[in-house]
Amino acid sequence: MHPAFSVIFLTTLIGAGQGLFLALFTAQSYALFDLLPQQDSQTFYAYGSLIALLFLIGGLVASFFHLGRPERAWRSATQWRTSWLSREVIVLPAFMGMVFLYGLAHFFEFKPVLATLPGNVAIDFTVVVGTIAWLLAFVLYVCTAMIYACLRFLREWYSSLTVINYILLGGASGFTLATVFAAIAAPELVRFFAGWAVIITLLGLVSRVASLIRNARLKPKSTLQSAIGIKHPKIVQKSQGFMGGSFNTREFFHGRSGGFLRSIKWIFLLLAFVIPVLLLATGLSGGAAVELLLLAFVVQYLGLMAERWFFFAQANHPQNLYYQAVG
Amino acid sequence: MTQLALVIDLNVCVGCHACVTSCKEWNTSGEAGPMVDQNPYGKDPTGTFFNRVQTFEVGEFPNAETIHFPKSCLHCEDPPCVPVCPTGASYKRKEDGIVLVDYDKCIGCKYCSWACPYGMREFDEAQKVMKKCTLCVDRLYDPQMTAEERRPACVRACPTSARLYGDIHDPESEVSRAIREAGGYQLMPEWGASPANHYLPRRKTKLRLRPDEIERADNPLKVDGLLPKPDKSEPSLDDVTTW
Repeated sequence: MHPAFSVIFLTTLIGAGQGLFLALFTAQSYALFDLLPQQDSQTFYAYGSLIALLFLIGGLVASFFHLGRPERAWRSATQWRTSWLSREVIVLPAFMGMVFLYGLAHFFEFKPVLATLPGNVAIDFTVVVGTIAWLLAFVLYVCTAMIYACLRFLREWYSSLTVINYILLGGASGFTLATVFAAIAAPELVRFFAGWAVIITLLGLVSRVASLIRNARLKPKSTLQSAIGIKHPKIVQKSQGFMGGSFNTREFFHGRSGGFLRSIKWIFLLLAFVIPVLLLATGLSGGAAVELLLLAFVVQYLGLMAERWFFFAQANHPQNLYYQAVG
Repeated sequence: MTQLALVIDLNVCVGCHACVTSCKEWNTSGEAGPMVDQNPYGKDPTGTFFNRVQTFEVGEFPNAETIHFPKSCLHCEDPPCVPVCPTGASYKRKEDGIVLVDYDKCIGCKYCSWACPYGMREFDEAQKVMKKCTLCVDRLYDPQMTAEERRPACVRACPTSARLYGDIHDPESEVSRAIREAGGYQLMPEWGASPANHYLPRRKTKLRLRPDEIERADNPLKVDGLLPKPDKSEPSLDDVTTW
């Protein structure tokens, strides 16, 4: 497939935004049970939510550049019964709304206690909103990934590993971002976030490598024989019916060499996983420089952009069988 | 239920591209148009087409064969492009099974083109919506046309009648008969989309003769020890001078 930068930005930006929110709410949940020190509502949760929201808005804006007719984008919420894209279109604003509400409630310290758990654990308004947003974050990861994972003939994508990767890679960049944020706003949480960022990044490495191995072993189900229905071992296309380009020759080919593709693979493995883990390790000991952690996030984000580019470029659409030779 | 479709006879198609040009001619000025071109006379011309004729070579010289392969939307019975559409712009008509795009609802996200294993959908760079073969739905029910004219433009244009059109759910229709009797098949059956359009394979008429059909084993002359004249190796005038 031809990787579109609008979609690369959309999926990586909202992935990081979701991950940052998950990190914030994880910290709040731990603090609820006194496993972590309490944080200031305004400077930590409200501003953290604002950063998450900015990433989500960035992703949403990027997605509009993918549309031919962005002014009709509202229509895309109608077919949620059948279309994962439609489901994503509904869940993304819903999640953004809940993050906004979560940040707003923290900013104005609007925390009426709604219930009390045994052990005198007070469930206040922000915990309820946060829990809903936490669920929506996961639903959104699943929706985004299922847009690709539901297309059964794009076999590189048609796998549960696609969904797992979207969750883990988004979560990894979000927790790395949370580490940077904590280094500025709540230094005592740096170790906590850095630890989780390293764990999620390593899990992401395992599942991404698993999908790379799976994809390397795929054998195409469609062949030129099944594409034109002629049983002969040797079929060669002599003409695709036109000399110029067409949508079919632009949309479904990445237009790069196999060597370029392979180098991107090693680049993203290095940038998205290896280097961030090494840089985050400085945060594990506590007292890490903010610059190093920021570098970890920037490098990981660039690595994930490369990962997403590779994700699209690697998918080989069966329609390409019909466009092998110009004439 | 009706399922209108094309049946394309690869045995007859000569690869003249008349269906391609007639399709573009009708549809660019019809309901589905315009089918806009970019740089039509310049470098790298491109544009929207609903129909293409491709050419394949099967086998190796000297046993090679050229196959001309017309390619347009197959109007699948279970179209994978329809359920993925987030706006409902892509739909399959219940009454005749034609898969269409509502240009007024399409947001141009191109997701349906990813979901079509055949690559039959094209994004129109000028109108910014997805377009595809309509089976000339704006001809099929036009009361001002004669029955002969109420057929897709490509079918009418084909000089060799390689394109048949009709209802594949009616067992007595011309297309159903052709599929049944001439071995009509679907493209890429492995994806289960059940394309309505079928293709008829190349067919070769072979004369299968046994040696005893060429030379009568029980020719009475052989009993007499005489051989027919002229001899098998000599030139003959069939039915005039031979036995």
